Amino acid sequence: MIELDSIDRLILRELVRDATQSASAIGRKISLSQPVTWRRIQRLRKQGVIRGNRLDLSNEMLGYGVTVFLGIKLATKGRVSLQDFERAVCAIPEVQTVEHILGLYDYRLRVIARDIGDFERVLRRRIMALPGIGDVEANVLLSEERLPGPIGCELP
Amino acid sequence: MLDDTDRRILRAYQHEPCLAPIDLADRAGASLATCGRRLRKMADKGVIRGNHAIIDWRILGYEVEVSLRITLDKTRPGAFDEFVGNARNIPEIVEIQTFLGRVDVRLSIIARDMAHYQEIYRTAILNLPHIADIEALMHVAKIKSNEVLPL
Repeated sequence: MIELDSIDRLILRELVRDATQSASAIGRKISLSQPVTWRRIQRLRKQGVIRGNRLDLSNEMLGYGVTVFLGIKLATKGRVSLQDFERAVCAIPEVQTVEHILGLYDYRLRVIARDIGDFERVLRRRIMALPGIGDVEANVLLSEERLPGPIGCELP
Repeated sequence: MLDDTDRRILRAYQHEPCLAPIDLADRAGASLATCGRRLRKMADKGVIRGNHAIIDWRILGYEVEVSLRITLDKTRPGAFDEFVGNARNIPEIVEIQTFLGRVDVRLSIIARDMAHYQEIYRTAILNLPHIADIEALMHVAKIKSNEVLPL
């Protein structure tokens, strides 16, 4: 486990807000020289504290107006059926994320579609045709916000 | 609205958001100046909303991730806004989504271990306003994670 100091946290907070900022721009904000800031950023990336970047695009403006989360319960469970299901579900291009969960459902899928009609096509032709599929619950995403997590709030 | 150059840039940028500007321009087959201009234009129009670093919370000692699916008491006016406004102040909440469906809100919560989760749940989550019902789901594994759009 890696412990962060307060400078690491300030740098992380800046990079989570906007990862395209240069080391010198971040350095100026937190009163640190460019080389020191740069070395810290490199270290955070190398240690894996920063796993990568995420580009945030407007799905609506790019023609994907609908995002639906599906909770899926498998009808039959067993090692083979889990593998078959996972392989088939990962191959569907409209399925962006597949999470294996514990609780009411076995899997949670994030599905994008151009509109509700397009979503219906994906649901009928792709999702309902998956091997071993049982109950499906759909929730249409209305809004989504990602928060910086526990690096943000404990700081001034 | 977007032309082929914009699409080429977005396609390359989506797959590798860590690319330096010069490499991105190269990947997209555009000059550095064109690429920079197009990126600014798409940001101004709101097509590109941001580029954010992703923190690996596991490396920082947060081993547990729980999804809470919450139903709100919608007979109260402003229940959504008040709930979400308060939830934003809990630092361990990393994602807030609102839905049309059986569930109203989903919160993603990270915690160091189950005891820490229990503490957050009791002292912070249960104090949020207008909760009618809560269901918890534990994350076991991410099988696929690819939020790239087919462009």
